[in-house]
Amino acid sequence: MSGEALLAVEGLCKRYGAVTALDAVSLRVAEGEFFALLGPSGCGKTTLMRCVAGFETPDQGRVLLAGADLADAPPHKRPVNMMFQSYALFPHLDVFDNIAFGLRQQKKRRDEIEARVASLLDMVQLAAQGARRVNELSGGQKQRVALARALAPGPKLLLLDEPLGALDKKLREETQFHLKDIQRRTRTSFVIVTHDQDEALALADRVAVMRAGRIEQIGTPIEIYDRPATRFVAEFVGDTNLIEGQIERGAGAWFASPFGRLPLAACDLPHGARALLSVRPERIGVLRAEENDATGLLGVVEDFVFRGETTLLRARMGDGYVLRVSHASGGAFAKSERLRLTIAPDAGVLFAREAS
Amino acid sequence: MSKGARLSFGRRLVLAAPYLWISAFFLAPMLFIAKISLSRSVLAIPPYEPVFSRTDGLAGWIEKARALNFDAYRTLFTDSLYVESYLSSLLIAGVATLASLVVAYPFALAMARAPRRWRPFLIGAAVAPFWTSFLIRVYAWIALLKDEGLINHALRALGLIEAPLPMLATTGAVVVGIVYSYLPFMLLPIYSALEGQDETLREAAADLGASPFEVFVRVTAPLSREGVVAGALLVFIPATGEFVIPDLLGGSSTLMIGRTLWNDFFSNHDWPAASAAAIALVLVLMIPLLLHERGRMTDEEARR
Repeated sequence: MSGEALLAVEGLCKRYGAVTALDAVSLRVAEGEFFALLGPSGCGKTTLMRCVAGFETPDQGRVLLAGADLADAPPHKRPVNMMFQSYALFPHLDVFDNIAFGLRQQKKRRDEIEARVASLLDMVQLAAQGARRVNELSGGQKQRVALARALAPGPKLLLLDEPLGALDKKLREETQFHLKDIQRRTRTSFVIVTHDQDEALALADRVAVMRAGRIEQIGTPIEIYDRPATRFVAEFVGDTNLIEGQIERGAGAWFASPFGRLPLAACDLPHGARALLSVRPERIGVLRAEENDATGLLGVVEDFVFRGETTLLRARMGDGYVLRVSHASGGAFAKSERLRLTIAPDAGVLFAREAS
Repeated sequence: MSKGARLSFGRRLVLAAPYLWISAFFLAPMLFIAKISLSRSVLAIPPYEPVFSRTDGLAGWIEKARALNFDAYRTLFTDSLYVESYLSSLLIAGVATLASLVVAYPFALAMARAPRRWRPFLIGAAVAPFWTSFLIRVYAWIALLKDEGLINHALRALGLIEAPLPMLATTGAVVVGIVYSYLPFMLLPIYSALEGQDETLREAAADLGASPFEVFVRVTAPLSREGVVAGALLVFIPATGEFVIPDLLGGSSTLMIGRTLWNDFFSNHDWPAASAAAIALVLVLMIPLLLHERGRMTDEEARR
């Protein structure tokens, strides 16, 4: 984390009747940081965002912006702006007036407003669209108006609720780059709420993965992906194989899986402990069986899908276990072809078995 | 349109139904009144001539048609009573419409912001007065407003006044009566416009720095405009031609075209003059409707 924390959330709790939306959530967002709140729907990420914006009052905990407690500040007095999932553009105003809304609220001079809106329109590539009604715009254009409107008052912190959720896939990718570029240029801290792990990994400097009102892990996209802290994170972010097994310690640590023993680089679980090993499909090495290498676990190609740069394999291992393997392409596979699969000692992440 | 040509008979019938209804029950009577307005007043039954009859033959009809004239319309302009009645009606209806708006808007807002499960009851309460006779409700205001009425009693009991305030038989009483009677027509369209508003729009405005009052002025109110216009038309139009309320609550000096019409028909038996006044009233009331319609069209044009 670079710089001082701009936003600090400390022990935030929020309950709706019997439902706990936020359960002692704490996090910090640095100045100029792009932060993502990632989680499935109902995990509390939107509630957390609304607490920061001031639309919800937390039952417990504090929200600090640049060190100042926001508890008593109503939404219109918070130097935080929000881009709504539905965009919430004002239908009775044109594009220009939508973007100028916050500036007029700040009682800026007319020429200042015009210059600022013009530069924002430019930034979101809508320079010629200022006079249009918002309901004439396409989804992508609305999204950009919403972004420009939220940026207009020059907030220190911009909250974005599923900003790309309503866009189609192609536009979403394009917009990701655009969004990141705008974030860098405006040097504003962005906090984005999303249920889309690709989006969070692609955009954010750091990601908080949430589940049932709690934060499971906060880290850079690489940390989240390569070193998931919990089984939930491993499964939710990216694709993974969860292999059940037992720890064996002796000369080094081993993971006894249903289809063979795997060496472990590091292990703090005791001998005999039941554990889960999470291995990403692309971390599994594939050797053709006839390549006559003694190492590796024997598997049989059950099915495969060619995906261009990779081929996704389903390999049936001993004991009927099916591993998903993503293989950097090079040659086709045949059904029932015999393979040797290798899992390096540091390829997986180990979780103690949760008592179920 | 080629599509129109392919409409089945059944669909045409369905589309034609409202036009047939309006033709039979609005246009046809209007034509009768228009014809009477061009006739001459006489002491007879019916009290106007010419009266077309089947036995006249074509020549007779042409003869009689020649006798039709615009004298009755001329009186509308020459007799200052009519002009004054129209102006006074428009003024009273205008004031009453504004007053209804002022009273109805807060109610509509409160209803639209009430918890969802309360709303059906609140709407029910708003239209509950319609379950009793309109006439009885207006009569009830006499009991409230008269010199020995409830309000004067209460004010005197509180020692606020010595002599009863003259409230009944005033133009103010007419305005009160109109506001009371037509309130639901103002309330419901505004409620409907407010209730349909997306709550996130208000959040967005607050987020952009608007205080609750500013949110109302810059977002809530402008977005309820359609409801306000609809409500205003629904109050203004019937209020302009209102007869019962000025007759029961108004004084002798309260001029409204509905009463003038009534007097022409039933006291003076001048049917042509009354008919001309009625036709003129329809034309006068068409103006705001047409203006509204044109405003909407240009609005939609601008949106394109």
